Amino acid sequence: MLQLAVDGQTWLDSAATAQKPRAMLEALQQWYASGVANVHRAQHRPGERATSAFEQARGTIARWLNAASASHIVLTKGTTESINLLAHALAGQFQPGDEILVGAHEHHANLLPWQQLARRQNLALRILPLDTTGALDLEKGLDMLGPRSRLLAVSPLSNVLGRRHDLAPLLQRARELDVLSVVDGAQYAVHQRPDLQQLDADFFACSAHKLYGPDGIGLLYAHPRRHALLQPWQWGGEMIEHCDYHSASARPLPLGLEAGTPNIAGTIAFAATLDWLDKLDSNAIRQHEAALHRLLIDGLHARDMQLVGQPDTALACFNAPGVHSADLAMLLGEQGVAVRAGQHCAMPLLHSLRLGGAVRVSLGLYNDAEDLQRFFEALDAALEILA
Amino acid sequence: MTTPSPAAQALLERFAACRGWEQRARLLLEYGQQLPALSPDERTDQRLIRGCESPVWCLAGWPAGRLQLQLDTDARLLRGLLEVLRIRLSGLTPEQLGEVDLADWYSQLGLARQLSGSRSNGLNAVYQYVMQSRPA
Ligand SMILES: Cc1ncc(COP(=O)(O)O)c(C=O)c1O
Repeated sequence: MLQLAVDGQTWLDSAATAQKPRAMLEALQQWYASGVANVHRAQHRPGERATSAFEQARGTIARWLNAASASHIVLTKGTTESINLLAHALAGQFQPGDEILVGAHEHHANLLPWQQLARRQNLALRILPLDTTGALDLEKGLDMLGPRSRLLAVSPLSNVLGRRHDLAPLLQRARELDVLSVVDGAQYAVHQRPDLQQLDADFFACSAHKLYGPDGIGLLYAHPRRHALLQPWQWGGEMIEHCDYHSASARPLPLGLEAGTPNIAGTIAFAATLDWLDKLDSNAIRQHEAALHRLLIDGLHARDMQLVGQPDTALACFNAPGVHSADLAMLLGEQGVAVRAGQHCAMPLLHSLRLGGAVRVSLGLYNDAEDLQRFFEALDAALEILA
Repeated sequence: MTTPSPAAQALLERFAACRGWEQRARLLLEYGQQLPALSPDERTDQRLIRGCESPVWCLAGWPAGRLQLQLDTDARLLRGLLEVLRIRLSGLTPEQLGEVDLADWYSQLGLARQLSGSRSNGLNAVYQYVMQSRPA
């Protein structure tokens, strides 16, 4: 973070990935410096220490999410891997003609694994539509859940629309119809601490790196009522209960879905990040982010920018009338303002909104009004050149 | 090394005289305007290069063994970057084309960053496309 400031860079791309707190760096450093060992195998002292640190970290992660037990948390590389894992682990649950429902606003990570599963197994992929404001149309979504529906995969906060959805009615209907429910919490978890028992989805995925934690670690939460449905998707060390040359059986969750040496350092540093977050005043952060977001929206409105949808949380995608988003992003980049332009891994969504692209400004808890002021000055300068 | 053509030399001098990003951006816009647009029916899928933030269409021909290049895209600064590429590559023989150091070219213009971001895939993809079009 410091180095970014020294380089004169303003980071407004936290929806892509977040900058890191010192607590995270120190946890990484300490783990590697204090002598490493593998987990769940060795009988030696370092091995026991590693296993206990790793499992404690899993416990911290579970507590932060208010999961009922650490054994409901499967550690993965991130949201993308979590959802791909599910699309394989649940493959046996579908008959040809069954429906998978996904939101029109989904990130490719929560669309393509289902799309490809549907193609492999002759399932029907149905898209929950948006309403005229560009938000997920919950009414229509409820109507689409029916007897052939087998799985519902949605995100409560899109990385393009920046609008929070209350998924409770959809999730409740899914439960009533015994439809498997998957929540992509990659953006949501950053701006609203999840309460997984209250949310009561079958599955929930998020990534540490967006949550101020390390790269290459994330999780899949699996509700115990669904554990028996999950078949191992990768086989190898650590996850085996019994094995001979011609057969093997997997351990119960979570280890049965964690083949191979896990990202031990990442898990420990992720837990340290959550401990750090836990000590911050979450109300104050929410208010701070909400105030910044208002500032962002007001400033964009004042300049007659065209917003994508009606964002209310954390980010805004926009276009300047008559200006190509790639041109705008390039000139913002020239001025040291890090925003993102393009289709944001949501090509079908942008197509359906008839947009070739958009510029996205996204906020983290470390941003302040000065960052936005620099952004608006850069925006004005860029627009003057491109006018 | 292939020495840049007189047109490329002239372009180099204009960019070298730029003070700061604003002047460079305005110059890029100016070059972008010089880039002739393709007609809608010339924008075919075979000529489409993906991997850029904005799609690029490319038509490469080799009359008399020298590269004749047409490029088009919607984003205005990218048009400038393409025109700068077109000026550097036009008129080269297939052998000369293989020797062009694209990174060096853009960096001499003060545009190195434009090649290293996600757009790089775009400009590099155009170069690869042109390389593929070389007569056997
Ligand atoms: C809503 C959403 N889902 C999923 C992902 C994928 O996350 P990751 O790349 O960490 O796997 C992202 C990241 O941009 C996202 O914004």
